[in-house]
Amino acid sequence: MDFVSQHPVLVAAVVKIAVLLFIVMTALAYLTWLERKVIAHIQSRWGPYNVGAHGLLQPLADGIKFLFKEDVTPPAADRLIYTLAPFLALALGLSAIALIPFGPPSALFPNGQQIFSVVDLNIGLLFLFAITSMGVYGIALAGWSSNSKYALLGGLRSSAQMISYEVSLTISVVGVIVLAGTLNFNELIAAQKGYWLHFIPRWNLLPQFVGFLCYLTAAIAETNRVPFDLPEAETELVAGFHTEYSAFKFAMFFMAEYANMITVSCLATILFLGGWLSPFPETWTWQNYLPGAGLLMLAAYCAWNTVSEMRGIARLQLGVVTLLAGGGGLICLYPPIAAGIQGPFWFTAKILAILFFYIWMRATLPRFRYDQLMSFGWKLLLPVSLANLVITAFVIIWPLLRKG
Amino acid sequence: MSIPIILFLVCALVAVAGAVVLILAREPIHSALALVVVMMALAVLYLLLGAPFIAAVQIIVYAGAIMVLFVFVIMLLNAGVEERTDFSKLAKFAGVPLGFFLLLEIAHWLAHSPIGAAIANGAGSSAGESSTTELSEMLFRQYLFPFEATSILILIAILGALVLARKEE
Repeated sequence: MDFVSQHPVLVAAVVKIAVLLFIVMTALAYLTWLERKVIAHIQSRWGPYNVGAHGLLQPLADGIKFLFKEDVTPPAADRLIYTLAPFLALALGLSAIALIPFGPPSALFPNGQQIFSVVDLNIGLLFLFAITSMGVYGIALAGWSSNSKYALLGGLRSSAQMISYEVSLTISVVGVIVLAGTLNFNELIAAQKGYWLHFIPRWNLLPQFVGFLCYLTAAIAETNRVPFDLPEAETELVAGFHTEYSAFKFAMFFMAEYANMITVSCLATILFLGGWLSPFPETWTWQNYLPGAGLLMLAAYCAWNTVSEMRGIARLQLGVVTLLAGGGGLICLYPPIAAGIQGPFWFTAKILAILFFYIWMRATLPRFRYDQLMSFGWKLLLPVSLANLVITAFVIIWPLLRKG
Repeated sequence: MSIPIILFLVCALVAVAGAVVLILAREPIHSALALVVVMMALAVLYLLLGAPFIAAVQIIVYAGAIMVLFVFVIMLLNAGVEERTDFSKLAKFAGVPLGFFLLLEIAHWLAHSPIGAAIANGAGSSAGESSTTELSEMLFRQYLFPFEATSILILIAILGALVLARKEE
């Protein structure tokens, strides 16, 4: 007990990291489910349907499958780095999420620690870039250490691609930093408070629209997703940098990719979409009941689906989902809780919207050719984001110059 | 022991160990990775000194950009295992003892001279955490000219590299 009372920051951080890790791991698993479902429905298929009702237990089955598969290491591989690479990729992907504030800093535990963010750093944005800039290593080293031509080519491509697009990614964000004048996430969000004409939220989305487009494009390239998934182009490179990986090490690369997707979506939400701010003015109190109402609607849909479509064990499984959603919805309608979860609710809703956009892109667009990718990054994206930065800086400086 | 001291000892050990591996490793990639480890450990040391901005920039610039380029080039050239020649006689009989002597001398100086003791006890280091705002005020007001001069120097270096790398027509 002595240690706990002496180090409140450390203990609170450890507890919050454990909870966040659990949530993020579950989210990662169900993001794969969401992706398969959404793409399937866009392509007029059903997607996972048999393992659990609507394939809801599919991520669990996949996880168990990865755990029990044989873990093959190529004989000519560099064993140390071959093992290190997936751990590096996943660890960096997950630790970046620890910096994100998921709700307002005014929500405190009794001992004065913030509930919704693990750490509240003054240089939060810089630190996030520090972590994500290390992300190249996981992929590059995996490609090199496998001692396979396809993997090496994939690793080389991804290093070149990630270095190129990281420049545009960082520069497109600087416009927002110039507007807000801070690197702290909570202050960046607070700078977007307020409304134009009393109802249009003052998010950076409108003044920094070009920056937002540049960021979104560069972020897709940074995370190696379609249409920029050259490092794992299966028509050319089998599976790119993770060709030789099997079993859980392969799963770790998979999880790292989805963790990176969540990170860049969080960052887009914080920088351009107002983070945990609600899109509606505070006087509209009915918005407090949106999360509960949404969950209750989900429960109603599940209940109808359980009765009308499901048979056998699937009926039981979907029944449990119905009860969970219904119970959660009722809890969220309780006024103090409804007010308290506003921040995380809007944050999650915005992240989900961006992730949906990501998946939509994957189902829609074909892959770039490699030279197209490079010339697009250097000749179009970089000049546009630079011009955006210069114009933003000029607009900020202009009143100061006129004053003399 | 308090947590900062434990962190310092761990990171200092990791930095030294990384530096030793960097010299002794035979694969160029292992050396490059050891250097990345040294950079990370140094970044934590900067954090402990109350310079978070420098720590983040250390990771972004050195570990995240320069070393990635190193690794990229090593991968691209597919550099093999290094040939090891024996230590030169001069290094073995003069270098190693002199190195130890230097280390002893620094330790003695820190322990016994008044200036060394003052530095060891934290004189000259700023109290608490320096903010990014203060740093940029210094950089863009007080030291504006050296800052701009450095950036022009770097630009010239880039142009030089471009000229050198361009193929003769």
